[in-house]
Order: sequence, then structure tokens, then C-alpha cells
Amino acid sequence: MGWMTLLPPLSGIWFAFAELLEQTAFWEAFAMTARTFGIGLGLSILVGIPVGVLMGISTRADKILSIWVNLFISAPITAVIPALMPIFGIADATVIATVILFSIWVVIIDTQAGITHVKDSLVEMGRNFGCSRWKIIIWIVIPAALPEIITGVRLSVVRAVKGVIVGQIVIALIGFGGLFNTYLSYFLMERFWALIIVVFVMSFTIIGLVELLERRIAFYARTR
Amino acid sequence: MDDIILKTEDVGVIYDRSIVALENVSLNVPTGKLTAILGPSGCGKTTLLKVIAGLIEPSSGTVKIRDKETIGPGPDRALVFQDFALLPWATVLQNVAFGLRAQGVSKREREKTSLTYIKEVGLSGFEDKYPHQLSGGMRQRTGLARALTVNSEILLMDEPFSAVDEQMRRKLQEDLLELLKIENKTVIFVTHSIEEAVYLADQVVILSGRPGSIAEIVYPEIDRLGEIDLIRRQPRYVELVDEIWSSLKSYVE
Ligand SMILES: Nc1ncnc2c1ncn2[C@@H]1O[C@H](COP(=O)(O)OP(=O)(O)OP(=O)(O)O)[C@@H](O)[C@H]1O
Ligand SMILES: [Mg+2]
Repeated sequence: MGWMTLLPPLSGIWFAFAELLEQTAFWEAFAMTARTFGIGLGLSILVGIPVGVLMGISTRADKILSIWVNLFISAPITAVIPALMPIFGIADATVIATVILFSIWVVIIDTQAGITHVKDSLVEMGRNFGCSRWKIIIWIVIPAALPEIITGVRLSVVRAVKGVIVGQIVIALIGFGGLFNTYLSYFLMERFWALIIVVFVMSFTIIGLVELLERRIAFYARTR
Repeated sequence: MDDIILKTEDVGVIYDRSIVALENVSLNVPTGKLTAILGPSGCGKTTLLKVIAGLIEPSSGTVKIRDKETIGPGPDRALVFQDFALLPWATVLQNVAFGLRAQGVSKREREKTSLTYIKEVGLSGFEDKYPHQLSGGMRQRTGLARALTVNSEILLMDEPFSAVDEQMRRKLQEDLLELLKIENKTVIFVTHSIEEAVYLADQVVILSGRPGSIAEIVYPEIDRLGEIDLIRRQPRYVELVDEIWSSLKSYVE
């Protein structure tokens, strides 16, 4: 097998790309990727922010949880995926779990950092004017921590993109992972590369969108 | 004999079970007067003010308002912060209205009240600006308006003018005196500036450093009814600054 087979010419890839878009298998994989990415990332954000807030305001919660969060944020999650398969099955659930394991920790850590860095005087101001603990959290602490929370969300989007692809590739039977696997085993290198380009473009588009969003909220951070 | 609105009785504060920040502080605050708390850095001025504000529970002793013991913050006391403590994402109007919002006052009503005080502190035209668009002096005017809006009898200020430059500080001091002629408030004011204390206060409480306790109380009795910019030229003013400095010197060393 020569280099020509492994690295086909661009024209071939372009042709394969057009073919790819006509395949139901591709669109099924695409839909599954979008679905698992959306659900996994959504859960990471919905759960990660409250957990981060909790760790930021309660030293007890911080003591219990921070060991785990710090362990998982640097752990090679990819190695855990095979262990997820018997629990969640060869289906969406395993990919969603992978996305969550990739993306939730950074949301938690950045949210917590944001909360603990809120100026004491702002909280004292809230107490002085008779705000309940709950109102202080909603009206003062969370908005004040928003720049860090948004950064956490942006980083988690990046990690979720990795998670959804890595998850499918390790499982190798569903979604894009299944397609990659098929193309490789039948030496359909044009299609393989076309798919890689699709995945790259998708990732960069999503990450680019989030960065755009973050810049719009960045005036917050400057004004503190 | 003055009418006493607030007093502390034998207040002591111990941080982390070992740092004695305040010891046996018994202080009477007369109604409608300006009390300055003066002392060297770290002597417990902020701690005392926070105890009075109800933000710190004293380790011993009590705070009484009109002879009733108070615990925690209350609508009778409003704080003005050294670092302004403004919400960066909220406009001047929203910041000033914050206290009323916390009290559940309707939006229309709280904005109406806030606009009155924004005018009173000289911020008209800046209602829709954000804190980062304001100078230090204007930020503190916002903080002051917010404290006035809730209509507390007692204003508590922790070095409110220390984060602005000298000219602005003088202007703010003068404006505060003018404002207090209209608003009938009792003010407790923390400062490390002797000049500021003598210039503004009816009663200057000097704390000695660690553990903080009351070393001396001076009553400036300066005539503030006339022209405010003449105060600094009064012989009594100059005399008092010297007098307080010589007694403070012993605690600084
Ligand atoms: N939260 C805290 N925990 C432990 N020690 C504290 C705490 N807050 C203040 N202290 C200590 O208590 C003492 C009094 O502090 P405080 O802030 O009341 O002094 P201050 O007179 O306001 O000082 P400054 O002039 O610097 O503002 C200081 O020695 C300080 O280090
Ligand atoms: Mg202080």
C-alpha cells in the first residue's frame, strides 16, 4: 500500500465529500453526533454551574467534591470509555456520558473560581441592604462570577467536541466512529479524509461561535 | 445631654479564636451627629463599623439602637463602602435602587425615589452610565445615593473618600456636609485622616491599636453653620489637628 492510497489527492477527497453528503448513513451519524453533543454539553452546563456555585459558597461541599473534580479534570477520560459501554450500552447514552465526562469538570472549576473571587464587599453590600442568602447568590454572586462561568462554558464546549468524537471512535460502532471504522476497513481513504475534514470544520465552527459569544460578554470582565 | 441613638456596650471581637481585634469598646453615638472613628492602621476601625452594621457578630458585648439590642443588619443602618461596592453590570440608577429593590419596592417607585437622591448627590445626567464609565468620586456619590435611598437613620461609612484623589476628597467632604444640612442623619465615619475627622465630625473617637479600644474622645465643636470652606481656616481646627496628632503619635509607634 503506497502513500497514494493513504493520502489520496484533494480532487478525490472533494468528490468523496459530495458523495458523503448523499448518504443516509452520514446524515444519521451527523444527527446522532449533534444529539449526543447537545444533550451531553447541556447536562454538563446545567449540572456543572450549580455544583460549582455550591462548591464556591460552601467550604463543606468544596472539601468533599474538589478531590474528585480535580482528579477527573486531568484524568485520561478516553481510557474510561470502554468501562462505560457495559453500563450504558452501545448507544447514545455511552456517547453522552463520554461528552459529560469530558466537559463537566471545567465548568465546575471555573464557576467555583469565579464565585470565590467575588469581592467580599459586594456580598456585605447585599447583606447590609437586607438581601436573603438566596437573593445574594442570584443578584450578586452569580452575575459577578459570570465572566469566569462563561470561560468555563467555552472551554467545556471545546472539550465536549473532543468528547463526542473520541467517544464515537473508541466505541467504533456507532455514528461517525462507525463510519470511520467502515471506511478504514474497506480502504475508502477518500471518504475517510472527507469525513475528517467534515469533523474538523464542524468543531472549528462550534468553537468559533462560542468565542464570538464570549467576546460579546467580555465587557463584563473588563469593568470589574 | 444629647439623645443617644446607638451605643456599643463592652464590644469585643476575636478573630480565629486568637486575634483580639477589639476589646471593651463602649461608645455612645448621639442622634443627628457625625461621629468619626480614628486610629492607626489595623486597630479595628473597620471591625467596629461592621459590628455596628451587624455584619460581624461581636464575641462579647452588644450593640443597642435606642436601648434595644440589635442582631444582624437592619434597615435602620446603611453602609457606604471604601471600594464603593457597586455592581459593575448595573447602571447608576439600578445601583442606587438596589436597596429598595431588596426591600421589594416596585420598580416605578424605587426609580422615582432613586432619581431624587441621584440629583441630591449631584449625579443627574449619569443615571444610565455604568460604574466603569464614572470617576472615583462619582462612584462614591453613587454609593452614597444608594445608602440614602433606603432612608436609614444611621449612615455608616468606612473610609469612603480614601480611594479618590485629594481635590475630589475635599469636594466630597464639603458636599457631604452640605447634604447633611438637608438630610437629618446620624453618621458614623471611619477614617485614618486626622484632618478629615476634625473637619467633619462632632465627636472624634480615637482607637488605640491592637487590641483596639477607645483611647480618647474629642469633641471638635467647630462651627459648621457658616461657609463650609472657611472651616479649615478656623484656629480651633488647626489646634485640634495638632492636639489629636500628638495623642495619636504614641499609638503609632
Ligand atoms: N476576617 C479576619 N480574620 C482575621 N483577622 C482579621 C480579619 N479582619 C481583620 N482582621 C485583623 O483584625 C485587626 C483589625 O482589622 P480592621 O480591618 O478592623 O482594622 P482597620 O483599623 O480597619 O485597619 P485599616 O486602617 O488598615 O483599614 C487587624 O489586625 C486585622 O489583621
Ligand atoms: Mg479598615
